[in-house]
Amino acid sequence: MITIRLNGADVKVEEGWTILEACKFYGIAIPTLCYNEGLSPYGGCRLCLVEIGEGHRAKLASSCTYPVEEGLAVHTDTKRVIETRKMMIELMLSISPNSKVIQDLASKFGVTKVRFKIRNEECILCGLCVRMCREQMDGKAIGFQKRGYKRKISTPFDIRSEECRLCGGCIYICPACQLRCQGPEADTAVCNACLTMDPTCLDHYDELQCWMYDAGRCGTCVREKIEKEKTVSSKS
Amino acid sequence: MDFDRVDKILKAYGMKETHLVSILLDIQTEANFLPREILSYVAKKLGIPLSQVCRFATFYKAFSLKPRGRHVIKTCLGTACHVRGAVKVLQTIERELGIRDGDTTRDFKFTLETVNCLGACALGPLVVIDNDYYGQMNTTKVPKMLKDY
Repeated sequence: MITIRLNGADVKVEEGWTILEACKFYGIAIPTLCYNEGLSPYGGCRLCLVEIGEGHRAKLASSCTYPVEEGLAVHTDTKRVIETRKMMIELMLSISPNSKVIQDLASKFGVTKVRFKIRNEECILCGLCVRMCREQMDGKAIGFQKRGYKRKISTPFDIRSEECRLCGGCIYICPACQLRCQGPEADTAVCNACLTMDPTCLDHYDELQCWMYDAGRCGTCVREKIEKEKTVSSKS
Repeated sequence: MDFDRVDKILKAYGMKETHLVSILLDIQTEANFLPREILSYVAKKLGIPLSQVCRFATFYKAFSLKPRGRHVIKTCLGTACHVRGAVKVLQTIERELGIRDGDTTRDFKFTLETVNCLGACALGPLVVIDNDYYGQMNTTKVPKMLKDY
């Protein structure tokens, strides 16, 4: 057992854990995208960034790959971390605006506009499919190819691989494969419909109608919040 | 290039995965490019996935998966060469040989490549064929340079 300073509190953690695992153990939520419990950490999406060290020497590190060490000071929700996280979501949105996972992250962390050119590449190179194929499915059929802006995930020589058993594990784990709610031809790059979620069923019934804990699935909750805000501000 | 030769190279590096880049470089030197069946063979012999071998083979610019010509023309398009008209030189070579950047002529004599800096900016615009440097290039010098081969 070693001691680290997690958000200012001294906590005991197991040696060999990563910062992310320690945070999870103590119930501190850290958003992740390229991290999966069954796969080796990759540190590619940079969503799990935390600030390590104190004062002006503090630096950002991906918590999913950084092992805990004695006396390590970790801050999970500093201004710098939150701003960087929002920037990462914005960048990923500009690459793959059709992904529901990334749109959900954008809504959750309040990213409401994208300042970058929309590229619609449908792959954010998180490497989840490569690790899934290699580590869980024992397929080893796909991998990274080329480099720089030409980097892509593909089978060797871009032809049907003999090692691929068409298990579909890569598609199952892909965060970009699940299309956003409005489909691929939505008007705007950023959805944010979840931000305007407001149960309309309460206008007509005494109880919430989404018993299946699937709030918003029927789509009636999404109403124009902007209008409502206007009326509120005009009243006050 | 046959598999016996590949075996010899693999043995020289002790059949170790860590020497993959050196192994591929040796194969490239002998075969002029990296044939698919040889890459599969190397992957099988080293016991690593083919996707891993291909990741290396496509990452480095030194490796080519397509057959290359006997002479490789490298045209520098770095900043210093660019401002002195390297693009025009490249276009002239392309027109002379009838190929585009990255292609090989039909008789496998030349392969045309562009590089981003060769570190000899004082010589720019610079063209390197095999290991011969042609400095201070211009469009009129191109046909004469190609005639040497």
